[in-house]
Amino acid sequence: MSETSHENVSEKHLPSEQENGHGAVAVADDPFADPGLPPHEPRIQDIDERAAKRSERVVAMLFTASMLATLGFIASFVLVPVDKIIYVWPAGRIGALNFALGMTLGVALFCIGAGAVHWARTLMSDHELVDERHAISAEPDTKAKVMEDFAQGAKESALGRRSLIRKTMFGALALVPLSGVVLLRDLGPLPGDKLVHTLWSKGKLLVNENTQQPLRPEDIGVGSLTFAMPEGLEEDDEDFQQQIAKAALMLVRLEPDDIKDKRELDWSHEGIVAYSKICTHVGCPVSLYEQQTHHVLCPCHQSTFDLSDGARVIFGPAGHALPQLKISVNKDGFLEAQGDFEEPVGPAYWERRA
Amino acid sequence: MKKLSARRRHPLAALVVLIFALAATGGLHAAFAPAGEAKADQSSSQSLAIEEGKRLYDVGCSSCHGTGGQGTSDGPSLVGVGSAAVDFQVGTGRMPAQQPGAQVPKKKKVYSEHEVDQLAAYVASLGSGPIKPTKSQYDPSGADIANGGQLFRSNCAQCHNFTGEGGALTHGKYAPSLSDVDPKHVYEAMQTGPQNMPSFPDKVMPEQEKRDIAAYLKTVNSKESDSPGGYKLGGIGPVVEGLFAWIFGLGVLILVAIWVAARTAKAKKS
Repeated sequence: MSETSHENVSEKHLPSEQENGHGAVAVADDPFADPGLPPHEPRIQDIDERAAKRSERVVAMLFTASMLATLGFIASFVLVPVDKIIYVWPAGRIGALNFALGMTLGVALFCIGAGAVHWARTLMSDHELVDERHAISAEPDTKAKVMEDFAQGAKESALGRRSLIRKTMFGALALVPLSGVVLLRDLGPLPGDKLVHTLWSKGKLLVNENTQQPLRPEDIGVGSLTFAMPEGLEEDDEDFQQQIAKAALMLVRLEPDDIKDKRELDWSHEGIVAYSKICTHVGCPVSLYEQQTHHVLCPCHQSTFDLSDGARVIFGPAGHALPQLKISVNKDGFLEAQGDFEEPVGPAYWERRA
Repeated sequence: MKKLSARRRHPLAALVVLIFALAATGGLHAAFAPAGEAKADQSSSQSLAIEEGKRLYDVGCSSCHGTGGQGTSDGPSLVGVGSAAVDFQVGTGRMPAQQPGAQVPKKKKVYSEHEVDQLAAYVASLGSGPIKPTKSQYDPSGADIANGGQLFRSNCAQCHNFTGEGGALTHGKYAPSLSDVDPKHVYEAMQTGPQNMPSFPDKVMPEQEKRDIAAYLKTVNSKESDSPGGYKLGGIGPVVEGLFAWIFGLGVLILVAIWVAARTAKAKKS
């Protein structure tokens, strides 16, 4: 094998084999011989005990600094009031507590690291060690022994002969993981039709999110932007966040002549159109409304919808137009919904009918 | 032919009727309205302001907005925009615009406060619109800062960022930073909806809520605002914070590692 010859060559160039200790010179008969490691050079700390003492003191000093910083961390946590503001260049007027905690913890961690590095570099042994690499596969003898042991074990257990035990054992082993699969059912009730419906229904008033008052058509001027939620939903409700996440609505008024989409015009009231505020891409609140272009864009991935054309997607990753809510005005002059959204709001999902 | 023209009214008949009607209305108003001394003074100074404003308007604004404020292809109509819009646009230096473009930026204002008022008086006389607010309407002192924050996050933050640092829109348009913006101008912008910003009229967002928002902005984004969490890095969100951590945080660590490894610990320096 070539392994042996290689060993011969490398042995010859190991530092211990060197006579002059000044690097290997390639021998003439092997121009690509491994030059081996350079000779070991001592550090000042290896030669001079005073320097070693000095290094020791530096390392100890760093570790002590870390201890002091940790004490400082605890002290500032106890002593610095949470609302105290100090001026620190260049950050400006910042919270004293956060600044003190961050600085002390940073110093504590840094000093441990710096001390360890200085210790390893100047005081720990730095003699180069060579560990030859070996083949990964086992010796043929070991392999044969293992196979022999396995065959013997199989024979003694009589797994081949007693087929009843063999089959029931495989069955038991195969069934055990099933319990884990069954437990997945506890991940929660299936959403059912919750994704399809929102709180909006026929006759529900459109309530201004800012004032909690029902909206009238005359409240909404051309170029204004209003956010509405369904009547009856209160901010203190237990499921408020879940409900508003689906029912959030934005209202804008366009000149009826500017509305290009016929259905949008039919579902509007005097040019007031109501669209879902939930982006159809991944469900961010899309409400960056440009009142001159009637474009509304999503802050997350810049999907852009044209509110004058059925909220059609004109840019970005959103898959379909924003759902529109059909609105009208009731006999008391308040804006009301004419039903739920006709399609699920928000991003698409597997069972969503296109 | 003669019969027909005999029945026809004189071409100026309508005008004469109109003048009579106006005179009658005016006369009736003058007769019945409680016209105090001060009020008369005010209205005459008001009409003087309109006159002065018209003069300023003809020189500085009419080339784009038309001689009567009716708008041209270069600028929108100013009928019905109200004095609040003028005070915002001219008071922040946005108008007169330097050049046409996606967005007219804020710059050093050209007109004095007095001239802005005169221009506002003239434009307000073209058609009714939002009126320039008084100090009691927009003064943020004593307003509910927490409520302002909530309102700001649901109505304004989508474009202006959650502490009003501003943000990009499409095709070169952007929502400007609200740092140190005069509460009056914050109020007027919500009232009038300048450029591509939608308006938030009083019926949708009452005066008190506008003051709350102005108070919130003053707290989080002005010269006197504090940053309890430490260095803000521009306050524009997690992207810049992550970028800073990866580039400067990790970068410094790499430099330290290189510095440590580059210095030999050996006694004999080679």
